[in-house]
Amino acid sequence: MSAVTAGARDGWLRVAAPVAVGVLGLLLWILVVDVLEAAPRMLPSPTAIAEELVLRSGIIAEDMAVTATNALLGLGVGAVAALVLAGLAVASRPVDGMLAPIVAAIAVVPIVAVTPILNTMFGASSQFGRVAVAALAAFVPIFVNVLRGLRQTRPVHRDLLRASAATGWQRFRVLTLPTALPYLTTGLRIAGSLAVISALVAEYFGGPADGIGTAIATYAKSGRASLAWAYVAGGIAIGLLFFLVTALLERLATRRSPQ
Amino acid sequence: MRRWRAAGWGAVGILVLAAAWELYKLLGPAQGLVVGAEGSEFLLLPRTHDRAMPHLWEMGARLLAPTSGGDTPPLIVTVAGAAVTTLGTAAVGWLLGVLVGGLLAMLMQRSRLAELGLLPWIVVSQTVPLIAFAPVVNSIGTQLERGGGVWPQWFSVAVIASYLAFFPVAIGLLQGLRSPDAIHRDLMRSYAAGYWQTLIRLRLPAAVPHLLPALRLAAANAVLGAVVAEVSIGLRGGIGRMLIQLAGQASSDPAAPWGPTFGAIALGLVAAGSVALLALGLKNYRRGEETV
Amino acid sequence: MEHGRADAVHAVEASGVGKVFAGRAGEVVALTDVDLTVRAGEFVSLIGPSGCGKSTLLRLIADLDGASSGALTVFGKPAHQARLDQDYGIAFQQAGLLPWRTVAENIALPLELHRVGREQRRARVAELAELVHLGDFVDRHPDQLSGGMQQRVAIARALAASPKLLLMDEPFGALDEMTREYLQSELTRIAAETGAAVVFVTHSIPEAVFLSDRVVVMSPRPGRITDIVEMPFAGERDEALRESPAYFERVTAVREALHGAPVERANER
Repeated sequence: MSAVTAGARDGWLRVAAPVAVGVLGLLLWILVVDVLEAAPRMLPSPTAIAEELVLRSGIIAEDMAVTATNALLGLGVGAVAALVLAGLAVASRPVDGMLAPIVAAIAVVPIVAVTPILNTMFGASSQFGRVAVAALAAFVPIFVNVLRGLRQTRPVHRDLLRASAATGWQRFRVLTLPTALPYLTTGLRIAGSLAVISALVAEYFGGPADGIGTAIATYAKSGRASLAWAYVAGGIAIGLLFFLVTALLERLATRRSPQ
Repeated sequence: MRRWRAAGWGAVGILVLAAAWELYKLLGPAQGLVVGAEGSEFLLLPRTHDRAMPHLWEMGARLLAPTSGGDTPPLIVTVAGAAVTTLGTAAVGWLLGVLVGGLLAMLMQRSRLAELGLLPWIVVSQTVPLIAFAPVVNSIGTQLERGGGVWPQWFSVAVIASYLAFFPVAIGLLQGLRSPDAIHRDLMRSYAAGYWQTLIRLRLPAAVPHLLPALRLAAANAVLGAVVAEVSIGLRGGIGRMLIQLAGQASSDPAAPWGPTFGAIALGLVAAGSVALLALGLKNYRRGEETV
Repeated sequence: MEHGRADAVHAVEASGVGKVFAGRAGEVVALTDVDLTVRAGEFVSLIGPSGCGKSTLLRLIADLDGASSGALTVFGKPAHQARLDQDYGIAFQQAGLLPWRTVAENIALPLELHRVGREQRRARVAELAELVHLGDFVDRHPDQLSGGMQQRVAIARALAASPKLLLMDEPFGALDEMTREYLQSELTRIAAETGAAVVFVTHSIPEAVFLSDRVVVMSPRPGRITDIVEMPFAGERDEALRESPAYFERVTAVREALHGAPVERANER
């Protein structure tokens, strides 16, 4: 099989295959719920969910706005903190030494577990806890990736600039920054979905009574499965939006990277 | 030597954070830092009084005091017990996730069609908040139990944890299985080695450096999934429920919620550490691994 | 693995062999109209500039790619069957050792794949390690060996199943000159001891002349054989050969063949 025809065949299948799988899944779902009526409680039919989505689009959108804002703020704060600290870590060995184990630890602990504490500290009517959790979740991948990117300059390029008597700032602008940019966008892509999920799950652990997560919890508890899942669909939509935007940014940045 | 130095710096970092906490309590604004106009204020920095921010030594003392007064064991013991319970559930979830993720990865490596069809859905699956599944899985579980099967509640938690755990394994193992270069693949072909032989002798060993970080991430995810699922299902004995319970009493007992919080943090560290131990045993398979 | 019969048939017989790749900008004719016979026990080098198809031809013999046209047999069988019967051993420019296996385990790989018993394997591995003078290193890992040593392990591995045909694709290309010359002598010795035929791809003229019974000169666009130069040095391949006038004359002959000047020489000696 030659390389070209394989690639061309791939192109069409790249879209068709997952769509086919999705349609199959949907049909299976409808079969189990509507036709066989063998659904477990809390798993409604896709049509019922669609109905609720249309009916309640107003309040769903309101709650989506809350969660999405928290996620976005968290992503922003986390990104800024990551950039600043990564810069410091590259410049200063002690800072790097202190940060590395702490970041590694944050990466493996369930961050949302600090939400109750944050809600106590900042008051139960504040969104701070959720934004903070999203920020922490977003911080880690961006920090790790930016740090790696800042250290990725190739020796041959560094030698070139040194031989051309470039200043530190010039080297940063001409070499370090463009080299690190693709890593930043990769970190953003990973952080995007994480921020959304973290902001959402953090709502489970207390705080104001708004947001997608609290709605899902409330309606699940009161047995209104279709509405709960309609909110879930809203959550997925936010997640997908963040993912698509950050993935696009990444694609743009990596087109002409020094790899 | 390097590992000790890293641990040393980590300890310094923690001390810096602890010092920052106490310094802020000492010097920070009593009412915290409020930004924004009247009516839409936002508390940017917390209030410094002891009810919002207990002293570090108060947290320590509270850990040693009885859990709920009287003869109950110290808080630290209860927290440890809950953490171990959650750890066990997370471990089961991790195993399930590794199994499912591993099988998916092998399927996707074997069949380009499977990869094209499944991989996008696997990626999208992680945008679905797992708390959506908690009620569903729980109700399936109770139905099965009522029908005469065996499905204890903690198993629902494990299943939900596995949902978060399977993703990094599926991606990481797929990457690893595809990592052998053309020369090694040609070599195996020249030996007329079939799919299974090539899998066992080439692809799986070559996948180890990709699999280990994935397993670590899966462990952390499994812990997260277990904690959240416990909250969602309201499972007794786990650290998730303890977090919520003690947070609810925070106005009268402000230092108490820090107990299970530290417990959850320790839980994540232990889970990741266990995988690191596993990595030690696989040292030979990481030779020639590029240091990232 | 039956190799008794192999002596009676040619190791490789190619007639009219061609290979066409479908590239992005149309078809690329990598090989056209290749006629070549490699006798049992003969050492043949393929030499030529980039794109002349020498590696492609080697891969066709190894059944790592399929020919687009013509007939190609290895020991009288189609290349596909010869691969399944493990009639050849192969070595590449990069040693291609599996980094998580020791030297002994790397050499044993083809034997493991063909379910040779443990005792037999151990004996054979020891034998092969001695053959390439690496007996003391069998428990090391590849990252503890130099490039030349890794390549020797690769050669030992290629010989594991006692094949009567060795296929080698620029195996010494990544090594320094001194190591190359040492390994060339080793390879000559090993080929003579095992009686294996060798098809050896190289782009070093002195190397081809030193090692081979015949040097096959190829050229690109389209990839084809343009000349075959005979080497009369059987039995004399030692270090002294590298300094002999006869050797230099043959090197010149191959160089002229590569550059396209007619090589119609009466024997001048």
